[in-house]
Amino acid sequence: MDTLLQQVVNAISLGAIYSLFALGYSLVFSILGVLNLAHSAIFMSGAFFGVLAVNQLGTPLWLAFILAMVGAGLLSVTLEFVAFRPLRRRNAPRIAQLISSIGAAILIVNIGQLIFLQQFGRTEAYFPRELVSLDPIIIESLSIRIAPIRMIIVVVSLLLTILMQYLVGRTQIGQHMRAVAFNQQTAALLGINVSRIFVFAFFLAGVFGGAAGMFYGVVFLNVTPFIGEDVALIGLTAIVLGGMGSIQGAVLGGYLVAGLQVISVVLGGSSYRNAVVFLLLFAILLVRPQGLLGQSESTRA
Amino acid sequence: MLELINVSRGFGGVQALSGVSLSVPPQRIVGLIGPNGAGKTTLINNVSGLDHPNGGQILFDGQPIEKEPSHRITRLGIARTYQNIRLFGEMTVRQNLLVGQHSLGRANILEAVFFSPRYRREERQYRARAEELLERFGLASVAGMAAGNLPYGDQRRLELARALATEPKVLLLDEPTAGMNPTETKALGEHIQDLRNDGLSILVIEHDMSLIHQVCDEIYVLNFGQIIAHGTSDEIRTDPVVIEAYLGRDDDGAA
Amino acid sequence: MDALINGLIEILKPIGITEPVFQFMLVNAILGVSIYLTLYCGLFSLANAGFMAIGAYVGVILTQSFDLPLFGALLGGMIAAGLIAIPIGIPTLRLRDIYLAIATIGFGEIVRIMILNFDDFVGSILTLVQGERVRFTLIEGARGIKGIPKLTESWHLILFLLILMFFLTRLHHSRLGRAMTAIRQDEIAAASMGINVVYVKNVVFIMSAILAGAAGVFSGHLTRIVTPQAFGFDKTVDILAFAVLGGTSTWFGPIVGGLVLTALPESLRFLKEYRGVFTGLVLLVVIVYLPGGLINTTSWSKFIRRFTNRPESPPDENSGHSTTRAN
Repeated sequence: MDTLLQQVVNAISLGAIYSLFALGYSLVFSILGVLNLAHSAIFMSGAFFGVLAVNQLGTPLWLAFILAMVGAGLLSVTLEFVAFRPLRRRNAPRIAQLISSIGAAILIVNIGQLIFLQQFGRTEAYFPRELVSLDPIIIESLSIRIAPIRMIIVVVSLLLTILMQYLVGRTQIGQHMRAVAFNQQTAALLGINVSRIFVFAFFLAGVFGGAAGMFYGVVFLNVTPFIGEDVALIGLTAIVLGGMGSIQGAVLGGYLVAGLQVISVVLGGSSYRNAVVFLLLFAILLVRPQGLLGQSESTRA
Repeated sequence: MLELINVSRGFGGVQALSGVSLSVPPQRIVGLIGPNGAGKTTLINNVSGLDHPNGGQILFDGQPIEKEPSHRITRLGIARTYQNIRLFGEMTVRQNLLVGQHSLGRANILEAVFFSPRYRREERQYRARAEELLERFGLASVAGMAAGNLPYGDQRRLELARALATEPKVLLLDEPTAGMNPTETKALGEHIQDLRNDGLSILVIEHDMSLIHQVCDEIYVLNFGQIIAHGTSDEIRTDPVVIEAYLGRDDDGAA
Repeated sequence: MDALINGLIEILKPIGITEPVFQFMLVNAILGVSIYLTLYCGLFSLANAGFMAIGAYVGVILTQSFDLPLFGALLGGMIAAGLIAIPIGIPTLRLRDIYLAIATIGFGEIVRIMILNFDDFVGSILTLVQGERVRFTLIEGARGIKGIPKLTESWHLILFLLILMFFLTRLHHSRLGRAMTAIRQDEIAAASMGINVVYVKNVVFIMSAILAGAAGVFSGHLTRIVTPQAFGFDKTVDILAFAVLGGTSTWFGPIVGGLVLTALPESLRFLKEYRGVFTGLVLLVVIVYLPGGLINTTSWSKFIRRFTNRPESPPDENSGHSTTRAN
């Protein structure tokens, strides 16, 4: 049995991936007020672009990582144009946007599946073992084992999170994003190009989702068109837990969910890992739907 | 009939209503006026159960109702209209009036499936009552139109008719003439007076002073969440406090 | 009846619709109605696959372990789904669109995980109680229950659907039906008509669950195997696609959607390989370009105009305001 400290280390490296993924969800939600249920497909596309770059183009890992982020970002922007913008133009109800994003998710996953079959002959691909050193560094005095790649992931995730905070909090485009999130009409009156902000938000969300997907693929080595489904609800749980639309909340939620999973595996075995997460999701929605860091939203019109 | 005793409602730091007391006696039309943001709509929301006061009591027929939810209050006999019209836009005019009678019936879905006598009797009554209201408010010719496609004045009248469909004892009207021209306003005023003569008690929020003077038996003036004056139309018109607080400053609605 | 059905199947065979396909079309029409009821009331609930799973498992256990006839299993499955909907609906239906969607997706997953671990879980409780190791097998976790006899017949489904259609027409002429429409359009105004919004939502949620449960019982006795994998989020998405494709403005839409979307991949063989792509496209394209679904003729004409003619010219923005906008 691993030590407690070892569990903490495991939870942190998993949490880093979850929180990157949740950040993308949260960003789009905070600006559009709409949940992009295709974000898990974007996550998958990140891993897919990464594995494609490494295996078919022979790029080094860092370049594959950048390609994965950009590719996922562009795919995410495409979604904005195809699945969200036409509905917004028509002033369609929010339910319509949820449905179109579900449609987009199914579409991407299934197209992904076709491409997998065509490229790899099956719906599974691997990052080459020698490319990512999985041999753990062992710290005897603390009895911790940690793979260097996981350490890199945690560091890069933290850097990206800080970058996002900086972008949203300190830059002009971030200011514009916050204005659009607050009120689209007012923002437009202030001369902000609202459509451009949406495109930027989707790109950013895609980049983060893609990065998370690539990391996930690297850590578990194998990539399938269905890996988005593993994290879809986990990401939702993270942002609901942290408070929908809150950036810090998404990060916190990601780590908390990872921690919870690790704890439940230790206590109850791996078959209850996700059950615990979803029960938590349920409980949060019922008791405090605004989440831990979210603003209390009046339910009245 | 309807009585507010010391009603307060605060949102965070803002006190929308503080210690408001007013009463709507049976068969009277009571006007509530005040500048924008004075708390008029908050007051109506609190009476109609859409919102609930932090303190004080609201009595209807002597019963406290301040904690009751919206649908219960309607069932007790208080109906309302909204400042920015809330019709069921995709339903026809007639269907809006049928929905209005929801709380009058008892027949459940199984009775509808098996055409029970009670179901048939109730449906007949709904239809008859709807036709009556259509006639009364001059909406018969548009009965089959989607409510959302009606001209503005018709929408206002339909909303009033729909409120009456619930068979209320007290009617709360939130700026019923907003957006109407003088002729329409005058006609609506006559409708409101007819309703009082039929036995209803009515509380009207208005910006349009001509309507207030035309129909109200007594008037309350609300400013910064407090009642600052109460009296007849003539008394209010000459009250210096009112003139200073309201008529003298308000520049966007008072006519 | 049998002769009629056989005749119908003969007619449909040339376009690839065999009796099993025909039966699944009918099951899916029921499922389409199930999600339609909640959508019609403005509720975006995605719990249908979960309730379908409950119906399927309860129904199959009733026929297999308790030797009940299909009719008894049908009642049992519907009641079980309806009963479980009560404690789920009361807390979750207070939530608004997105939150309700997430909560109901979560519910579906919890059902799936519970099915996976049910035997182990009961086994370990029994072990605890009896003090000796007990192996409990009833629903076989991920392996699923196999070898179920094919008890569902076409006429069961046709009869069920006919009764359902009659019920739906009556619903629309009832207080409940009008209240549902009112709630979808404006909850606050509906409440001021004296409609108990929370109550109506719960009733609708329960009706939706009961229908999904019935579809589960039927499909369990058609596929002859029930596994938790068959009732995942994918299934809910399929169900959603039935309603969206057909349109949700009247009850007719989801039935058409369920029939058409099930038949299409069989009639057009090439679609079978790209089934998922097709489902995704249906959801996306219909919602974006054909709001109101197949049955909505006005959106059809707009759709056709869009691709045959030049688009309707937008209101001329530059005529009146150009001077004020220039600076």
